Amino acid sequence: MAQHNVASPLPGVFYRSPAPGEPAFLNEGDPVTADTTIGLVEIMKQFSEVKAGASGTLASFAVDDGATLAPGDVVATVDTE
Amino acid sequence: MQKLLIANRGEIAVRIIRAARELDITTVAIYSEADEHAEHVRLADEAVCVGPAQATASYLNISNVLAAIESSGADAVHPGYGFMSENADFAQAVVDAGAVWVGPAAQAIRDMGDKVSARRSAKAADVNTVPGSAGELTDPDEAVAVAADIGFPLAIKASAGGGGRGIRIVEQESDLIGAIKTAKAEARAAFGNDAVYIERFIPRARHIEVQVFGDGVRAVHLGMRDCSVQRRRQKVVEEAGQLFVTPEVGQRMCDAAVRLAEAVQYQGAGTVEFLYDEQRNDYYFLEMNTRIQVEHPVTEMVFGEDLVAEQLRVAAGQPLSFVQESLVPRGHAIEIRLNAENADMNFLPSPGTLEKFALPGGPFVRLDSGVVTGSVISPYYDSMLAKIIVWGATRDLAVARMLRALGELDVQGIVTTAPFVETILRSPDFASGAFHTTWLEKWMADRAEAGAA
Repeated sequence: MAQHNVASPLPGVFYRSPAPGEPAFLNEGDPVTADTTIGLVEIMKQFSEVKAGASGTLASFAVDDGATLAPGDVVATVDTE
Repeated sequence: MQKLLIANRGEIAVRIIRAARELDITTVAIYSEADEHAEHVRLADEAVCVGPAQATASYLNISNVLAAIESSGADAVHPGYGFMSENADFAQAVVDAGAVWVGPAAQAIRDMGDKVSARRSAKAADVNTVPGSAGELTDPDEAVAVAADIGFPLAIKASAGGGGRGIRIVEQESDLIGAIKTAKAEARAAFGNDAVYIERFIPRARHIEVQVFGDGVRAVHLGMRDCSVQRRRQKVVEEAGQLFVTPEVGQRMCDAAVRLAEAVQYQGAGTVEFLYDEQRNDYYFLEMNTRIQVEHPVTEMVFGEDLVAEQLRVAAGQPLSFVQESLVPRGHAIEIRLNAENADMNFLPSPGTLEKFALPGGPFVRLDSGVVTGSVISPYYDSMLAKIIVWGATRDLAVARMLRALGELDVQGIVTTAPFVETILRSPDFASGAFHTTWLEKWMADRAEAGAA
């Protein structure tokens, strides 16, 4: 089974849910398509969505909710068929 | 007032430190771990770390900031703008801790901060408001009835919204009910409160705001600012002085703002925001901001008054140092915001290290900045690095002076919005005053289309 690393092109703060206290966009084991939102990156008060970029199953998150990202950091891994 | 803690960062923290120092007040900066080497920390007499980089853990952490007030022995707190400046609970906690809050009372922040109650206060003070629902929408039938009365397009607004957030435009009746449901869901997600109201949408309006100042007994105004040049409802260029508003309606707006401030026994600096409806030559109250604003320097430049120093004096219990008759505007002032964003890449934020930050100078040019060459612009906070403010005897001279100043600016290491702002200032529409609140985005779209063709 191939794996796809989901990277954030932007630095910033990674969030797994759309707003504090809300359910996460996704949990490990959930199916995804290329266009599925994995999380949000906040940079200078702007929010950008991070998309899965490949279809398959969300295998794992590489960083915690609220983690600080450098440009290009991997946030999650997708198992592709 | 002996020792002032500034519960903010960046250019406004620097601005407040300067005003306090001129009044011989000791200053205490607060900072996050990411801001240890920031300018506001270097300039203050003392500094206290209030937590990790993320603002919610530091600048917005009430208990940590209260601990800093106590440990530093500060007897007053200036909140700046943004962060906790309109947080009534924090204002009350500061007072309960025995310190002076540099701003209006917590109750005034609550009353004016909630848009529904602010509209009620405005109506009670006989200040025109945009026609709309009487308050929070309670049922769909009411929305349909109000819409029939005020017509389309209309705006659905979140009671707890602000700064342009939580607004949805509806063009036709068939979209109304669905749009209200969506707006309520968005408001609940964004603000934790799903109260919404509706009002007439004015397609061609100027954003005109009136600077007011009160000491709890009387209030005065310091004229108007035009902040119509906006992108995504964020102000890009701000002006004071010779504005494109008829004198008669301008006077009525200023009088209305003072009436509202006196009606709520307002204490400190505040801004009453209006929409100026060019087609009807009329105005409507939008909201009141119970703090100093980003664009306050243009008012300072045309009136020759230091608004932050006045905030400190009034908070210390002194009466206003000026009367209405002594406040006479002179000439024209323009402010532009220098943001760390790349306009050519859809305003992508541009954090990094400022390898060079050479600022313009010369006559009637003012720089309010929170950074210097070598500063690290972190991804955690607002993208605004600095403001450039110029004054001229006429609007045309002020525009020429701003263009001259922008020509001297030299920023390296990060991308700023300076070239974008310069293009706006050189546009015929800006020169002639043919702009309104949605002009900039249309102008940008037209240019993108022309460039692509």
